[in-house]
Amino acid sequence: MTGEIRRPPFQPGLRLRRALGGTAGWRGFALQVVLLVALVWAIHAIIGNARANLAAQKVASGFGFLWSTSGFAVSQALIPYSESSTYLQALLVGLTNTLVVSIVGIVCATIIGFLVGLGRLSPNWLLARIAGAYVELIRNLPLLFQILFWYLAVLAALPNPRQNISLFDSVFLSNRGFGMPKPIATAAFDPFAAAVVVTIACWIALHVIARRRLFATGRQTTVWPLGIGLLIGLPLLAALIFGAPLTFEYPVLRGFNFAGGLRVVPEFAALALALSTYSGAFIAEIVRAGVQSVHKGQTEAGASLGLSRAAVLRLIVVPQAMRVILPPLTNQFLNLTKNSSLAVGIGYPDLVSVFAGTTLSQTGQAIEIIAITMAVYLVLSLLTSVLMGLYGRRIARSMGT
Amino acid sequence: MSETAYVAKDMIAPRAAPVRTTGVLGFVRTRLLNSPTNILLTVAGILLLWLTVLPAARFLLVDAVWHGSDRNACLPATAGGQVGACWPFIHAKLSQFVYGFYPEPERWRVDLTFLIGAVLLIPLLVPRLPAKIVNAWLFFLAFPLVAFVLLCGGYGGLAIVPTRLWGGMLVTLVVAITGIVASMPIGIALALARRSSIPLLRFGAIAFIEFWRGVPLITVLFFATYMLPLFLPGNFSVDGLARVLIGVALFAGAYNAEVIRGGLLAIPRGQAEAASALGLSWWKTTWLVVLPQALRHVIPGLVNSFIALLKDTSLVSIVAIFDLLGQLRAAFADPAWSSPTTLFTGFAFTGIIYFVLCFGMSRYSLFVEHRLNAHRRN
Repeated sequence: MTGEIRRPPFQPGLRLRRALGGTAGWRGFALQVVLLVALVWAIHAIIGNARANLAAQKVASGFGFLWSTSGFAVSQALIPYSESSTYLQALLVGLTNTLVVSIVGIVCATIIGFLVGLGRLSPNWLLARIAGAYVELIRNLPLLFQILFWYLAVLAALPNPRQNISLFDSVFLSNRGFGMPKPIATAAFDPFAAAVVVTIACWIALHVIARRRLFATGRQTTVWPLGIGLLIGLPLLAALIFGAPLTFEYPVLRGFNFAGGLRVVPEFAALALALSTYSGAFIAEIVRAGVQSVHKGQTEAGASLGLSRAAVLRLIVVPQAMRVILPPLTNQFLNLTKNSSLAVGIGYPDLVSVFAGTTLSQTGQAIEIIAITMAVYLVLSLLTSVLMGLYGRRIARSMGT
Repeated sequence: MSETAYVAKDMIAPRAAPVRTTGVLGFVRTRLLNSPTNILLTVAGILLLWLTVLPAARFLLVDAVWHGSDRNACLPATAGGQVGACWPFIHAKLSQFVYGFYPEPERWRVDLTFLIGAVLLIPLLVPRLPAKIVNAWLFFLAFPLVAFVLLCGGYGGLAIVPTRLWGGMLVTLVVAITGIVASMPIGIALALARRSSIPLLRFGAIAFIEFWRGVPLITVLFFATYMLPLFLPGNFSVDGLARVLIGVALFAGAYNAEVIRGGLLAIPRGQAEAASALGLSWWKTTWLVVLPQALRHVIPGLVNSFIALLKDTSLVSIVAIFDLLGQLRAAFADPAWSSPTTLFTGFAFTGIIYFVLCFGMSRYSLFVEHRLNAHRRN
């Protein structure tokens, strides 16, 4: 007997019900209609209320205010900004400051997180305990508390600029921030930069050749002495021929504060410190969970091949753990970026502090400003998750899963 | 086959006993000093402890000033030599840290609320005690209502205390507990909506959850403080604290929804299918079969999100509501107590409070998780 595949009978009514109301059928459809009506009514009421309230407060709505002069200064601006700049430029200054502190925080937090997370799994009892205590202490205190602690208690306890702590008379530490020599490119900078680029290209090429040879013949080639030689030699040669590539502008004490040089405002230092230690503790837990998810046999197999503990971690455990680590790690990066908005608590000019703080209180355009601020964070979130999604796909492909 | 064979004629000398790996000495040898790297790490660790724990203990206990009535007690000149924590400062500001500016004759109401809360909470946390369901309803439903009446006043001869006078621990706990209680139904509703087959409900839930999870809490608080009043009719004003509570509840609800959704995904389809086969409606299937199992699964995740919420309550100080951290900052500004160690003392005190609360919650969640998984361990 040959079984004939029986197709389900064509039921247009059922299909329509499914399409309109899901498995709940017509009831689901009715629910959707009610929801839609409620939503439209709510939006209508909100717009009406907002319009009436704004008219009562005599605030003109719209985004025109972005092009008027801001009239306030900010303590840290990486793009040209002055008091005569527009609110739009203030927004951009805030955004760059948010991005800078987030990126610095992400890099430091990842380093701290991996060190502490691996330290917690160390065979050394004392190290594991210290790492554990660090994680528990940091994770159970509010971030704003930690930011304020670094800012008000630790950094403010540094001496004032006149009694600064200095390192070789070029790096200065004081309660008004850090001063460092600021590098300024000279005419000889271009050949120097070219030399550095060539060196890096050579280094990568050497590695590729060594790897090919390893796969072809099974023989390991030591390339790092040659690489280091190149790394020091070529730029040095360029510097000798063309002269010094950089001159430095040193910070000098003028009045009650430093002038010139590269200065980091104390708010930035406090925020970056707090964000990286705080997220570092969370990343440490993620790393620990990831490493523990790798089967013990992998470590043992690595050890029986004669690899050192460090080599086992680097070559066998961490690459496999990355699959588990990556999604929550992305989440932590996003959290850190969002947490950088706590800058407003200490007055670091980030997006929220400059835009949703100062600009809002000056213009009173609450709806527009808060909508823009939220939209920027949403876009940052989406962007990060898309980027990490791409990276995750690469890792998944290299794992052959 | 060769003809020669070898037979040993002499005894092999006995080897020395292996190095001890048990006991204190063995522990030190195997866990602290078993390789040059580890010796180095141990020394570095001891050095680190020497430089952090020792000064901290000295500051908090040995060098601390315990008695005094103003800043003079904590100045190096009067205390003599090294000055540690300035505990009289905490003593003087304690009522502010607990009640904020709540009027003094009415403070018994706050105390009574704390007492009722503790009396209801403690039996809820001890697994051995009976009547969990009644207890839970009392704590999560009746207690907030009673607390609201007691704290706000206006009924039965109680004087009205406006929320701008509230502060300190009181506000921290009010925001945290309201957030926890209100975010649970929001989270459950959103999680169920996100799994619904009704398109508009599902997309609405996804958009709502992703929106709140994508923005920082501080912008949510700004939204609640500056934007929400504009959206409401002009004659309708919402109390400042209530606005913040709405923002916090929606924010925490979106995070809880994702946690609960994870629990719903972990329940096998067969459970819901079996329930519908028995003729239970969707509501009964969800309420009696799926949700109880799903929530039990995600208790650790929910507690983590409650800990995050408790820590996040400190953010309300940015929108001019004086919670514990806000009161701390206000106390720092008092010139009568400005001394070199006031700041560190204040941070140490509030830090200990936050740490005890959060650490206690996380330990309790571990304990519950352990109990619930008891059947799975063997």
